[in-house]
Amino acid sequence: MNLFGFTFNRKPKSSAQAKERLQILLAHERGSGPSADFLPLLQRDIVEAIKRYVQVSDDAVGIRMDSIGDVSSLEINIELPVDQKTEAKPVEKKAGEKKAAAKG
Amino acid sequence: MSKVIVVTSGKGGVGKTTSSAAISAGLASRGHRTVVIDFDVGLRNLDMIMGCERRVVFDFINVIQGDAKLNQALIRDRRLDNLYVLPTSQTRDKDALTQEGVEKVLNELREEFDYIICDSPAGIERGAQLAMYYADEAVVVTNPEVSSVRDSDRMLGLLSSKTARAERGEEDQIKSHLLLTRFDPKRSGDGEMMSVEDVLEILAIPLLGVIPESPAVLRASNVGVPVILNEKSRAATAYEEAVARLDGEDLPMKIEGEKVPGLMSRLFGRSA
Ligand SMILES: Nc1ncnc2c1ncn2[C@@H]1O[C@H](COP(=O)(O)OP(=O)(O)OP(=O)(O)O)[C@@H](O)[C@H]1O
Ligand SMILES: [Mg+2]
Repeated sequence: MNLFGFTFNRKPKSSAQAKERLQILLAHERGSGPSADFLPLLQRDIVEAIKRYVQVSDDAVGIRMDSIGDVSSLEINIELPVDQKTEAKPVEKKAGEKKAAAKG
Repeated sequence: MSKVIVVTSGKGGVGKTTSSAAISAGLASRGHRTVVIDFDVGLRNLDMIMGCERRVVFDFINVIQGDAKLNQALIRDRRLDNLYVLPTSQTRDKDALTQEGVEKVLNELREEFDYIICDSPAGIERGAQLAMYYADEAVVVTNPEVSSVRDSDRMLGLLSSKTARAERGEEDQIKSHLLLTRFDPKRSGDGEMMSVEDVLEILAIPLLGVIPESPAVLRASNVGVPVILNEKSRAATAYEEAVARLDGEDLPMKIEGEKVPGLMSRLFGRSA
């Protein structure tokens, strides 16, 4: 039937990538149940903890998740005001990079 | 001026998510700030097609319920820096979507983006209705097949009655475009499948494009790259042209198969 176009394609099969992506994703989704549902609570707690020391607004906290290979990382960015009294432009400070739930 | 465009169909599995991903990537490639929203609450899939499934922290429902800020939920595409994905929740159900919540999120997005693409769930329930409610334009995804065409007709009815623009009774109604997908020029040429002309005659809305049935679509979904950004393919080219039209370009319609079938069947017809 369709012998044109795809017979030359000797690159690694995309289906292998599909399987790998699914295995990683589903291990997450099945394993810890609804995976990211704790994140809003985590964020609230972080903001509260920080507020005990510095004045930050609720939306000054950014949480990013990333996965490379079999390691997932959770990156938390907090914008801290330069000076509490002046309303100076907030500096972005990488406050912490935590390894979270690394799953194969 | 920002535009909210719903990608809808009624019938399931006709290519809404594939098209939403391709259209949003295409618009972003053309230089527009674009966001694509997954309205299929509980069955998150757009993230996989866009290849950002492992970067989801917060979702659309978190934002609607005030658990996260919009900019915390938006995922920036790794390939195009003016393309963002707003994933949906995998754990909640459609009732978590509220009209006020959707309106608020869309209004906020309108301030930042040129195009807001809403990937609708199948069906005519809450999720599908909310995906279309605030739309300025609609891309009606249809396969050349009786139940799909019938469902598209039904969606056109809803678009012209159950949406904000319809209810306000403005002169400026939702602009609907037909995107015919999974089109097989050979089977259409053989009279085995309805032709583009047939479908257009029935639905009577302007044609945005015709996307051929193509194995490139599956390969793109395997690797999590919108088909338009993956390998060069006929489906990718067809999507590029459809996007150009959506973006206001006046491209002539080269309907694959409407002329080609003669040639195709002469060349390959008898052996197939
Ligand atoms: N042009 C095409 N050629 C070949 N396969 C296609 C094409 N368009 C879509 N498909 C395949 O059809 C299936 C359904 O596509 P998709 O998920 O985009 O549909 P959908 O309308 O979003 O479905 P749902 O209603 O479940 O949300 C997928 O397997 C996809 O790879
Ligand atoms: Mg879909």
